[in-house]
Amino acid sequence: MAERVDNGTRSEPASQADTREATAARLRYLMETEGNAIYPMASGSNVRRAQTYAETDDIEQLRAEARAIKEDAIDRLPELLETVREAVEKNGGTVYVADDAADANAYVAAVVEEAAGGSNERATAASHPSGDDPTVVKSKSMTTEEIDLNDTLEARGADVYETDLGEWVIQLADDSPSHIVGPAMHLSREEIAALLEAEFDLAEPLETAAELTRFARDYLGEKIREADVGITGANFVVAETGTITLVTNEGNARKCAVTPDTHVAVAGVEKLIPRLRDLEPFVDIIAKSATGQSISQYVTMLSPPTDSPTLDFADDTPLAGETDAADPTADTGDATDETDPSGDREFHLVLLDNGRMDMRADDQLRETLYCIRCGACSNSCANFQSVGGHGFGGETYSGGIATGWEAGLADHDAAEFNDLCTGCTRCVDACPVQIDIPWINTVVRDRLNRGEEPAHLDSLVEGLTPDEEPSGLDPGKRFFGNIGTAARLASATAPVSNWIADAEPIRALLERTLGIDRRRNLPTFRRETLVDWFESRGGTEASRYRAERARKRFDEVPDSLEREAVLYADVYTNHVDVDRGKAAVRTLEALGVPVQVPNLPESGRAPLSQGMIATADRQASRLYAAVAEDLDAGRDLVVIEPSDLAAFQREYERLLPERSFETLSENSYDLCAYVFGLLEHGADPSVLRNGSGEEPITYHSHCQQRTLGLEAQTVALLERCGYAPRTTEAECCGMAGSFGYKREYYEVSVDVGQRLTSEIDADDPVVATGTSCGDQLESLLERPVPHPLEVLAPR
Amino acid sequence: MTTDTVGRFERALEDLQVSVAHVQATDATDAIESALEGPAVGVELPFEGVSLPDRVETAPTAGDLVDATTGVTPARFAIAEYGTVAIESAPEGDEPVALYPQRHVAVVAESDVVPDLGAGFDRLEAAFTAGDDSIVFATGRSSTADMGGLVEGVHGPGEVHVIVLEDR
Repeated sequence: MAERVDNGTRSEPASQADTREATAARLRYLMETEGNAIYPMASGSNVRRAQTYAETDDIEQLRAEARAIKEDAIDRLPELLETVREAVEKNGGTVYVADDAADANAYVAAVVEEAAGGSNERATAASHPSGDDPTVVKSKSMTTEEIDLNDTLEARGADVYETDLGEWVIQLADDSPSHIVGPAMHLSREEIAALLEAEFDLAEPLETAAELTRFARDYLGEKIREADVGITGANFVVAETGTITLVTNEGNARKCAVTPDTHVAVAGVEKLIPRLRDLEPFVDIIAKSATGQSISQYVTMLSPPTDSPTLDFADDTPLAGETDAADPTADTGDATDETDPSGDREFHLVLLDNGRMDMRADDQLRETLYCIRCGACSNSCANFQSVGGHGFGGETYSGGIATGWEAGLADHDAAEFNDLCTGCTRCVDACPVQIDIPWINTVVRDRLNRGEEPAHLDSLVEGLTPDEEPSGLDPGKRFFGNIGTAARLASATAPVSNWIADAEPIRALLERTLGIDRRRNLPTFRRETLVDWFESRGGTEASRYRAERARKRFDEVPDSLEREAVLYADVYTNHVDVDRGKAAVRTLEALGVPVQVPNLPESGRAPLSQGMIATADRQASRLYAAVAEDLDAGRDLVVIEPSDLAAFQREYERLLPERSFETLSENSYDLCAYVFGLLEHGADPSVLRNGSGEEPITYHSHCQQRTLGLEAQTVALLERCGYAPRTTEAECCGMAGSFGYKREYYEVSVDVGQRLTSEIDADDPVVATGTSCGDQLESLLERPVPHPLEVLAPR
Repeated sequence: MTTDTVGRFERALEDLQVSVAHVQATDATDAIESALEGPAVGVELPFEGVSLPDRVETAPTAGDLVDATTGVTPARFAIAEYGTVAIESAPEGDEPVALYPQRHVAVVAESDVVPDLGAGFDRLEAAFTAGDDSIVFATGRSSTADMGGLVEGVHGPGEVHVIVLEDR
């Protein structure tokens, strides 16, 4: 903005270092205060989710169905809004579409005031003589959190009570939800007990979960019975029938919806689905993904105003029959009641836009609207498990999908926590509607990069970073996004570059300017790259000779083994971990496959991690151009680094023309899976270095490799070669590319990593397929962690 | 097939720690009687020849709801796969009677036990088409883990008992 004046404070290098330190301090505080409660809850739900998914035969079909319904519903949203209005009005209720938070709040506040003192006098006269504050009971609703409805109602004199126990605790503590499903997940039982002790005049202290729950139930039960209005959210709204679906385990949503005679449901417009039948896959999957339950205790499908009798606890007449509108003695002559098909019930459906229609028009953010708020992305996220939703979340929503929500909603900001998503993709397997959450986070990061004010450190990384990103990008991001250029320079000047990089003043400078934490070991760059080594031993021609010589030793070589491999020397393999590249070459040749190791362009993975999509896009095109001829000639692109393979097989769909993407993804292979495939097709495993058959080894698979479904093939390869591999369960190593190097995230990275290392037996050799995973494990375990092929390859 | 479905339903209920009795219609009243605890409220059952025990208050006031220990309601149908009973939000008060007391006794006809969620939705659609447009799928007992441990019986019943009526 031209009129924006730079006051100079942001221009000091120290201010960025200060910001990093402040972020690090805040995350450290959250890990200490909330992490201990969050981790067991979130990871426990995640484990149960994974088990339930595994036990559900048609889980993939359910996920695909659920997604298809959401795609269709969001596509037809304007039409569904009309449909639901007709249906609800026909039932006797009212629909209000609110543009934004203020609009929704004003409408609900008016309904509450009307219900408490207005036309509905008969029902409320006994419990609320005129002049009393209106009482509102609420069932957990993230949408009303989003618009801060409670604040508005309270400012206008209403008493508002959350009835979901977790939400009530949060309300008492004047705190904000830290998880979409478990709002008070970050508080321990002891903390809740202390809170109730401080808030209420208790005869005896409450200790056990059962005592705490009973107290809350009795207290809130009374509030529900007295309330003028019940406010709920809606998990789904069936347009055709005007049916509000509420999914709960406690039963509070049912009580809030049917006890007071006025019910207000507040939901985002994206909750609409066309038909009753469309509910089925969601009812089936929502609890499975949220908590690992097969179904929630209560799936309430109300088409309000319902026929259920209203409950007036001051009235001595029976509920059913006598209090019906049909009975003239019960109706004190309110003429409107007699013409109202719903009797004395009132219902308002408030559908909130607040940025959603803009998200619908946004090709990248639209998928966010498919979210069913199950929290599976949070539970499966290693960083969330450490810091919780107050670190990894915005004003309302938390966890992986929160970035999309907070970026899309009016007046919300995703900048503060977007970087907590490392793009590991573990949430991709968890999401019941198959949302590509890491991609949404990448897009939001890209937009944040572009929106930032010009910084003054560009000169430091200029020249080093010939990218297509705007100036003003965080220098650390720019550095890591262009790590290939830095690696080339570092290799060219190794070992001098390594000595310099290790020097304390340089580490301090790197920390201050690029945010590289000085506690982290830097990679040791090698003077001779993999490509150089390969050329120096005779290049492609020599490799062909070696492979043919190996084949001659076999009696019969099946045609299916007539392959040629192009090995992708990623930045790290080429410049740092050259040994795993050499192991790959030797293995392939020994199994009879000739290899090429060309100097190929970068994959774009590094800039993608930093949200530099334009740079990644350019690199993807270059990479494809460089390998197209080999692919056309029927050669296989064999990829060592799983995150690069994931780029080729996932993100490139967004970056390359469809046919190019298909060609590349169909002809690119994970190295270990490729080697296992050769053995399966008749290659002779005896040329490899085999174990005794029972030899223990721990294998940590890379996150993205697991999402691609490739962990099992490395396990099978190790077994085939005489090892007894044990795999790790932790979601992630915590290093996640550049994440663990960054000053502000170093401690989170180590916390996540320690959960992984706690699973590893001290005596077992450990192998890992990802470079970051290996780095993290080596520094935490203080022993070498090679690539599996470095163990198996012939010397 | 029905027997298998009912068997599956009963196993699912067992997993949910919901007790179940499988009785002939002639024995239904006794079975309900023995499932009652404390003051009881209820909704008249729509099954021919089956009536509620005398001590069940079938025209409860709101106050009776709060004082009752047991609530007896019919279930429109049940889903064997998940051990779910479908309770209607009807003018007779099925919803509050099933929800307010600590103990819910649901009575369902054997022929109304359907195998899975898909068949449950067939029944749901049929009910909606017939004009009943508010139904709760209730599975097991109300519970929460929000207070630092799993606790049953929060805003809804902490005990559930299902009576399956054999078809004549």
